[in-house]
Formats: sequence, C-alpha cells, structure tokens
Amino acid sequence: MYREPTAEEIYTEKVYKELGLSDQEYQRVIQLIGRKPNYTEAGLFSVMWSEHCSYKTSKPVLKRFPTKGERVLQGPGEGAGIVDIGDQQAVVFKIESHNHPSAIEPYQGAATGVGGIIRDVFSMGARPIALLNSLRFGPLEDKRVKYLFKNVVAGIANYGNSMGIPTVGGEVVFEEAYQGNPLVNAMCVGLLEHHQIKKGLASGIGNPVMYVGSSTGRDGIHGATFASVELSEDSESKKSSVQVGDPFLEKLLLEATLELLELDIVEGIQDMGAAGLTSSSSEMASKAGNGIELDLSAVPRREANMTPYEIMLSESQERMLVVVKKGKEAEVKRVFDKWGLFSAVIGKVTDDGLYRIIDQGKIVAEVPVNALVDEAPVYQMPAKEPEYYRRFQQIENIEIPDLPDLNQVFIALLSSPNIASKEWVYRQYDHMVRTSTAVAPGSDAAVITIRGTKKALAMTTDGNGRYIYLDPKVGGAIAVAEAARNIVCSGAEPLAITDGINFGNPEKPEIFWQFEQAAAGISEACDILNTPVIGGNVSFYNENNGKAIYPTPIIGMVGLISDTNHITTQAFKEEDDVILLLGDTYDELMGSEFQKLVIEKVEGKPPKIDLEQEKKVQQATLTAIRNGLVQSAHDISEGGLAIALAESIISGKLGANINLTGELSKEAFLFSESQSRVLLTSRSKDVEKVKKITQEIGVSCQVIGKVSQNEFIVEYNGEITIKTDVEQMKKAWKEAIPCLMESC
Amino acid sequence: MKYAVIVFPGSNCDIDMYHAIEDVLGETVEYIWHETTSLDEYDAILLPGGFSYGDYLRSGAIARFAPIMKEVEKAAEIGKPILGVCNGFQVLLEAGLLPGAMKKNDQLQFICATETIIVENNQTIFTSEYTLGEEIAIPIAHGEGNYYCDPETLEQLKKNNQIVFRYKNNPNGSLEDIAGIINKQGNVLGMMPHPERAVSAILGSEDGKRLFQSILKHWREQRV
Repeated sequence: MYREPTAEEIYTEKVYKELGLSDQEYQRVIQLIGRKPNYTEAGLFSVMWSEHCSYKTSKPVLKRFPTKGERVLQGPGEGAGIVDIGDQQAVVFKIESHNHPSAIEPYQGAATGVGGIIRDVFSMGARPIALLNSLRFGPLEDKRVKYLFKNVVAGIANYGNSMGIPTVGGEVVFEEAYQGNPLVNAMCVGLLEHHQIKKGLASGIGNPVMYVGSSTGRDGIHGATFASVELSEDSESKKSSVQVGDPFLEKLLLEATLELLELDIVEGIQDMGAAGLTSSSSEMASKAGNGIELDLSAVPRREANMTPYEIMLSESQERMLVVVKKGKEAEVKRVFDKWGLFSAVIGKVTDDGLYRIIDQGKIVAEVPVNALVDEAPVYQMPAKEPEYYRRFQQIENIEIPDLPDLNQVFIALLSSPNIASKEWVYRQYDHMVRTSTAVAPGSDAAVITIRGTKKALAMTTDGNGRYIYLDPKVGGAIAVAEAARNIVCSGAEPLAITDGINFGNPEKPEIFWQFEQAAAGISEACDILNTPVIGGNVSFYNENNGKAIYPTPIIGMVGLISDTNHITTQAFKEEDDVILLLGDTYDELMGSEFQKLVIEKVEGKPPKIDLEQEKKVQQATLTAIRNGLVQSAHDISEGGLAIALAESIISGKLGANINLTGELSKEAFLFSESQSRVLLTSRSKDVEKVKKITQEIGVSCQVIGKVSQNEFIVEYNGEITIKTDVEQMKKAWKEAIPCLMESC
Repeated sequence: MKYAVIVFPGSNCDIDMYHAIEDVLGETVEYIWHETTSLDEYDAILLPGGFSYGDYLRSGAIARFAPIMKEVEKAAEIGKPILGVCNGFQVLLEAGLLPGAMKKNDQLQFICATETIIVENNQTIFTSEYTLGEEIAIPIAHGEGNYYCDPETLEQLKKNNQIVFRYKNNPNGSLEDIAGIINKQGNVLGMMPHPERAVSAILGSEDGKRLFQSILKHWREQRV
C-alpha cells in the first residue's frame, strides 16, 4: 500500500518540490509553523501558495488597478465583485480561466470552468443571469485545434445549457500563438438585491461549518498547482488534475443554495473551487479573523480510503462550504435533502486562529490560518523590455503589395475565422433561456433585461492579444476602451470590469514586463473611462514547450441601460438611413487583420489610443442613442471600416452605398483599425441633431453614405473599391467556420 | 384559470413558462414540485423545458417515474389541457402520453435558434388562435429533438390530424419535419419549439402568445 512520506522524508528527499514548493518557500513554511510540515500540511501550503490561489507574483502589479468607485459594493477578494445598479439591485460578475485543463481535456476542462464561475457568482447570493466566454485557439486548419475547439464549445454548451443560464456573448480568436495552449475564459453575471449579498466569512465562534453539494472524490487533486506550471509533452500525465463536472448537480446546488440563503441563517458561504476544501475553509477563516477546525470523517465521499491529503486537495466539483448560525443545522439539511444533495457538519469556527484538520480522532494538520492564507511569499519579479518590442517600435509603416482587387481582399477577410460569423459556436449555446435576452450573440454587446424594471444590462468580453503583444500598454488600454465602446454602442453606460489575465511564465523577465505594461494600460483606461476593476483571475504559465502565448488580458465588462428603449444593435434598420462615422481614421494597418491576411505577419505598432478622445466618442454615441437619434451603432474594430459596415449590413439584411474622398490610401481607409471610431446610422431627419451633439462634445462626425438594399458599394476618391452582392458577402462570412469544421 | 408548472430536478424553463402565463394571460400559475401527489385543483398542466434528472439515460426517461407523473396521466385522461415543451415533450413521449421517441439532432449538436414553424392544425385547443398554414417564429433549444416514430404511428398521426407543428427548414432531422404533435383525444400537446420564449417583442417574437391564449379561450368557452 502507498505510504505517505514523513515530515523528515519531505525534507531530506525534497518531496515538497514535487508538490510545487520551492526550497525558499519550504523554508518559509518551517519558519512560520516552527517545525517541518507533514505531508498533509505540505499539501495545504503547496496549493494555497500556488500562483492560482496566492497571486504571489501578480499581487504587486494587481494592486495598482483602480478598484473603487461610487457604485462598487464589493471589489476584488470575494467570489465575485458587485456593482450597484439602483433600486436596491446590484449586478455581480467575474471572469475566470480554465486554460490548462482545457488544453488537456477540452470538454471537461471548459465545462468545469463554467461550473466554477457560476458557483462564484451564486455563492455571493446572486441568481446567475448570463454567461459569456472568451476563447483562443491555434489556426483552425489544424486537426488538434479542431478537436479542442469542438470540445471546448461542446463542454461550455452542455454545462450552461443544463444550468438554464443563457450563454449570450464572448469571442473566439484563432492565432498561431495559442496553438499548444488554448485560452478558455468564462464569465458569469448575476443579479441580486443589496440585502441578499453574502460573503465568504467563517464568523461567529462555535458556529458549525457545513459541507453541502456533491461528494468528494480524487478528481482534480492539485489542479491549482497544475494551473501554475507551463504545459509540456508531459502534461498529458496530469489528466487526473482535470476535474469532472456534473451540471445537473450544479443546477440542484444552485437552487438549494439560493433557497438556503433566503432563510437568513447563513453567516458565510464560499465555493469549493481551486484547492477545494482547503482554500474555501482557510480563506473564510482568514477573512473573519478566526480559526477553523474540520473533522474529515464527516466529509461525504465517493471513493473509499481517501487520505486527509486527498480530501483536502480534491477539486471535486459542485460543492460549497457554509457557516451557519448555531442550532440551524437541521434547516440546512432539510433544504439540501429536498434537492437530493449532501449536507454535513464537518467542523466549527474557533477562536484560536488555527487551521486544524482532524481525521478519525487524530489531528492530522495544524497550522496558523494566516500562515496558510496571508503569509504566502510575494515576489517582485524582474521585468525586461523584450528585444522584439524595441524592433517593432522602429517600424513606421507596413509595405502594402500591389492589390489590384480589394474586393477580393475584403471577401477573404470576411471569411477569415477571426472575422467570420461565430454562429457555429453560439447556436450550440442556449442563449435565450430565462427569456430576458434582448440582444443575442452577434452584436457589439449582449443585452439582458431585468424583469419588473425598465433597466437592462449590457455585457461583453474583449482583448486583442495581437495588439497587446505588439505594445502591451497600448494594447491593454485598447482592450478596456473597446469593451466600453461595445457596451456604449448597445445603449449602456459602462459600470466596471473583471479582468482575465492570461500570460506566459512570469519568471521570464520579458513576460513579466508584458504583464506590468498591460496592467498599466488597463489601469489607465479604467481610470479615465470610470470602470473600476471589481475582480478577476490570473493565469500565468500559458506556454507550450517554452513558447508563450500572446499576452492576453481579457476584459469582461458590464454596463447599465437605464431604459430598454435605448437598447441598440449593430444591425442596419432601414433603407435610406444615413451612415455616420464618428472618430478619425489613421493609417494604422500594423497588427491588423489586413496585415495578417495580406502580408502574413504580425509586427510593428498597434493602433494608438487617446483615452480622452475615446471617452468623448463614447459620450457622443451614448448621448445620441439616449436622445433617440440612433438606428444602429457599431464599434469599428478588427478588419476596420469595411468589415464593420459588412457586419451591420449582414445582420440588418440590407445594403450600403458608401462614397467618400480622403487623404489615406484606399487600403488604410477600408481596413485600418484606428481606435475610438463608431459607425452610427440615423434617419435623415436626425442627422443634423447627431452632428450637433458630436460637435459640442468635440468628436468628428462624417456622413459616409446611405443604407441601401442588396448591394455593398464603396467608392473612394472616385474609384469603386468594393462592389459586392450582399448574399455573396453573407455566404463568405457565414460559411467559413462550418466549412473548416466539416471540411466542405 | 389555474395553471400548474411542473418542476422536476433539472427543469430550467419553469420560470419562463410561469412568466408566460402570468405576464401574457394574467392568470394564476403555480410551480408544482415533482413529488406532489395531486393536481386536482389545476385546470391546465405545463411541463417545461430543461434537463430533468440531468437527462441521464435518455431525455425524460427518469422524469416519467416521478410521483407527479401519475397525476399528469390522470389529468390527461379526464381531458385537462397538458402542454409539454422541449424536455416536457420528451417526458410525455417517455411516459407514453404521446407516441414516438426523440433521437439526438442529426448533426449531433445542441441547437439554439429561432425557427419558422408552420401551423398544420389550428383545430386544437392549443392552436385555435392561429390560422391554418400560418408561419410563426418560435425559438428552439435542444440537443435531442429529432422526432421519430414507426410508419404505422406516422400513418395514424396523419390520419387523425395529430401533427400540429412542422419546421419550415428542418433543423434537427425530425421525421416529416415534425415539431409538435397532439394526442388523439386532442388535449395533450408536445412540441420542441418554445412558445414561452416568444411572448414579447423585446425578445424578438410574440408568436407564442396565441398558443397560451388559445388554451384560455377554450377553457372560458367551456364554462359559458
């Protein structure tokens, strides 16, 4: 039979290294607890001090994020952040990554990512009302990528669909940089009344600690540690670190938990997510400033002969830890019995500040709570500007080859998987359940109405890894700006963000530099656009065989629509509506889809961003929308003006006639990805009013053409650069991804 | 009129069904837990969509054994209107209250989209407010909506005018584009499309409203 190493063996044979603790960290543990840790204790430290749980390398950077705002009710540090939306209501949201599990076992990896983020939201007391996800894969021509893509989408679909929470938005990007290390970030949005807010607190000495939900098995042991190392050929052997989800159980857990919280007997509640029972119990104790004692004999299990180590580190899904008022244990049991779920008293809150684990009458671990939770080392990693960045900054412009037929380039762009329709993805997601989806996937932001009010919530995820790779600071700012622009284009005021940080190995100075710079860009944009960071997730070590992904912070943003009459979509609405371009276009083709397609390179400088100007463009757009002057609004992003027009045409089942003169080359005019631009359409009677608003705010506004039928024609400086039948355009855009997936 | 929305563990369109009745009809509606043993006080029974019992084994296969199903059968026998939508339809099939079975969608993927549905029979208590052959926009959201039955059953369905809805563009491989069928007695309707998701303009379609209005109208007429 397998025997656990003794405390002495852990020391002499450096077993702690296998658990993910460095020499230094192991020494620090000894110092903190005054002796050598036994195997269970070493396990506790290894998961709690992993980057995933302790943020030991990211903390010094993350704390620079603006996290306060007059609407913020809960910032980073809890299951999810909370923002006030008036009428005693609040929105709760958070994004989380599940990259490594999804690289190894895409279906379960993605599914449990969704499951985890949903629990984070309802553990705050909120009813989950929407899901989004942001995905990155290698090029879709690759067989393994197809497999990953197909199964990640199926895993997300199955989990969200079974839960009855609509999956309403997100993005999918295909790029070589993500070939061996896909990104799977899931975001959940919930709604609650202020008085329903719950936190992860183990308060009230002597109060019982209860385990509720599914049983504990050996799945997912060391998931948090696994998330904190690079992927390699060896990673397949870590398949047992991938958890297995059961959305049916989670649905029951959701209903039971919300029913329980209504009883007003719960002191604190937290999801057993990464590092399972260990993190939930120790963090709850730490936040309340108390000790906690757990007796593992009472933990419901699905496998025999589990050791304390295994029970403590299991990441079995669909479990929660609840601290209830003393004497109310039976009420908890009644609720969970009704839903056919386990509930058991497994410990109590103590006043000694210790984290004590008992198994079969014996103390198997006893360490100070704060050593485990608050004393993790914090590393100030060295940062170094990468050589490529210096080189890219020297590049002033891209050389455009002679392109006799721009129409062809346009169609090719439309059918490139990054721009093509993502219907293949979102038709697998139930995006309508809960009957509140006013704007379904496929517009700038999704919109969810709030029953019984005139309000609605707009939500989106954004992050252009290419820009951030080229210039992390500018790219980071653009990610926030674009998310906000999407929110504004749907008729909402941006409220706050959650950030899904995805980077390579932070121990490499060039990677850490990317992280620092991107965070600085995000912070600056959040400050200026008044969207504080209310929570998020850090995923480092996204590398495959030593090669890092593009630095990819994903911005999840939520906005508030005060009146459902303001809900706006990108789709053109009526023939003869006037098409207006807000903001200025520059020759900015570096880092663009055009550059990638035509020159097959990603280099140079990304588009610049002037955040003050960005703010004005958003202000002008929102003012025009709120005054009822806007028929459609669409952010101009990847693929530039031509693609933005195409998207509005296709979704509106109309056409457009564009006629303009200008200084820029026709390529730049059509495909430049200059920031802070919005495409609006208005009835001709309203055009002057829109112009007046933009003038007052200080934003350029140009009439560029009219909505028509059946055809898309762009005449630039007297030359017809694009002329295409809308059906042909639509076909190219719609069929690209299905074709790649079904090899037609 | 008093409606019951049956809640199985894993039902998730129960809320939507509830609000369709409350918001559209303004009638009384209650959630009924699957362990309840009487439906006597309700005038119509609604089986909502979702994943009852996780849809393990087969969709609806476990739910049919829930205590409430005896009551649903009883209600069906005495002629109360019973509507099963999506998972509710699957449960009705498994319970034998409607003929046939569901297979996985032919492309083996879950599909969520708004489909054009053709009203094939407007002479039922659920469809009297539609015109024959009318095309309505109703969302679907299912992984197992590929209806199948044997040739004799199909013959019967046609003969008795039991095919109530068909898809205009078959999304899932259903036999003869079948989207919804009714029992011979005309009081049990099963359909994969979700009428409760098409009850307000802001959600994209109001075409589902008249289905609920038809039920109410019939009930009122009976009482005159």
